[in-house]
Amino acid sequence: MQTLTSHRLAGLAAIGLIAVLLPAFFPSAYYYRVGALVFIFALAAIGLNLLMGFAGQVSLGHAGFLGIGGYTVLIGPTYLGLPSWLCILGGAALSGAVAFLVGRPILRLKGHYLAVATLGFGVLVAIVLTNEAHWTGGPDGMSVPRLVLFDWRVRGSDTWYWIAAATFVVGAMLALNLIDSPTGRALRAIHGSEVASSVLGIDVARHKLAVFTVSAIYASIAGSYLALFNGHITPEISGFIRSIELVAMVVLGGMGSIAGSLVGAAVLVVLPQALTVLHDYEHVVLGLILMGFMIFLPQGIIPGVAGLLGGRRT
Amino acid sequence: MILQTERLSIAFGGVHAVNEVSFGVAPGTVFSIIGPNGAGKTTLFNLISGLYVPATGSVRLAGEDVTGLSPDKLARRGLSRTFQNLQIFFAMTALENVMVGRHRHETTGMLSDLLHLPSVARQNHATRAAAAAALGRVGLSAYATRPAGSLPYGALKRLEIARALASEPTLLLLDEPAAGCNPVETAEIEAIIRQFARDGITVVLVEHDMRLVMNISDRIHVLANGSTLAEGTAAQVRVNPAVIEAYLGTQHAQEQARAAG
Repeated sequence: MQTLTSHRLAGLAAIGLIAVLLPAFFPSAYYYRVGALVFIFALAAIGLNLLMGFAGQVSLGHAGFLGIGGYTVLIGPTYLGLPSWLCILGGAALSGAVAFLVGRPILRLKGHYLAVATLGFGVLVAIVLTNEAHWTGGPDGMSVPRLVLFDWRVRGSDTWYWIAAATFVVGAMLALNLIDSPTGRALRAIHGSEVASSVLGIDVARHKLAVFTVSAIYASIAGSYLALFNGHITPEISGFIRSIELVAMVVLGGMGSIAGSLVGAAVLVVLPQALTVLHDYEHVVLGLILMGFMIFLPQGIIPGVAGLLGGRRT
Repeated sequence: MILQTERLSIAFGGVHAVNEVSFGVAPGTVFSIIGPNGAGKTTLFNLISGLYVPATGSVRLAGEDVTGLSPDKLARRGLSRTFQNLQIFFAMTALENVMVGRHRHETTGMLSDLLHLPSVARQNHATRAAAAAALGRVGLSAYATRPAGSLPYGALKRLEIARALASEPTLLLLDEPAAGCNPVETAEIEAIIRQFARDGITVVLVEHDMRLVMNISDRIHVLANGSTLAEGTAAQVRVNPAVIEAYLGTQHAQEQARAAG
């Protein structure tokens, strides 16, 4: 449907416009920093949303791929003298390859069993990153060399804001493309009924593996950006809490909603910063707010609000 | 024969769910499989469509041995089916459900889909047109943009048929398409199946509605307790003593028990 395509591009243009106009209201450089983090995490959340929201397969270990992407831009430039930009791509390829190999056996599992298996993967990556101290600096982590593009050292929060926003828009566009395509329909069909999908000619295992690999690549690029932006990395990037945060972003924003992934990431990045004024009660209030969102908008923020406005989901 | 099973068997925990069942289906005919509850009809469908792998025996599709092939491979060879307990993609619209049925005819890969190359746009257009046509054939055009979850039960039954039809099967397995349908809906489904026969689609039907079965079947295969009881035309099966015994058996046995007691 032509309207579907134009609808989709309009939504994307709106997100791009917001990204461009938002800095006009930033009172300080600190806001660029928060904005950059929102777009970086939103990128990882989109990838996870393709896996969870569309194909219906849960991953509680996606921070493992953040870690692979993050540590590739540490190890490549520090030990091997490779340029950082190449290591972003190399990390993405490595994460894709790892996802492909790990996914083959574990994606046969369903529901809770898949959740525990992916959780195991994430824990495994975190342990390796902690124990291989010779390469990774161990639990305290290491300084990550700055990104250098054409002899230009990228370090300012404002620059990273633009890089993250631009990458997010590209990532969102690819994800939206996928939804309205044969592959996208197959993924949503697998979510609905694996049995019916298979008798209609869909190779269920191959599609699950493909979307798991793509979602790992999204997470890896986000992880590389995170490490380069912070200038420092610790195994915490692959921690269980990080994986749960990514899942929370997807569910909070809305499963299957690309705009929702951005909103979910924004809420979970901005709220903890905003709530620091509450000191000791910060985490309690954060938890209560998240519970409130899920109670009143159980389908997630974007589908929930769209439903309240009587519109279709975006 | 477009479909030929040879001594097909599978057991679950010592129970012979399907036991040495052999039959052949001629192209362009309606072939029905009937039998009391638990006779193994749906299990037989699961064996033919690749959801179960037979313990012994073979399945041939257009002369080719396809025993043990996965369901998606069989689908790509032109076999499609519906389900007794509906397997609808409830989060998708009615039209999108049927579009999934076109999957085996779609040629774009994941990379071109991600980049939305012009080939994907053309593909989507062709898929949508074919799906809309299939939806029209079962009389559901009015529901196209509705979420499948909001359709009434009888419409969902026909939606599954449209989805299977969209894959342009040469062999279509229908598992109780009229179950839970009122007489009007059953008549609609009968008309749809008759049209399939005219279009050269071979139909294998599992159905409890005997009037429907007797009306449209070229041949009927009767199962009881996983084994073949009889096979023949509607007229032959109707008067077969073993078939009558199987269907009235319980009542018969009760009467005898009462007489003895």
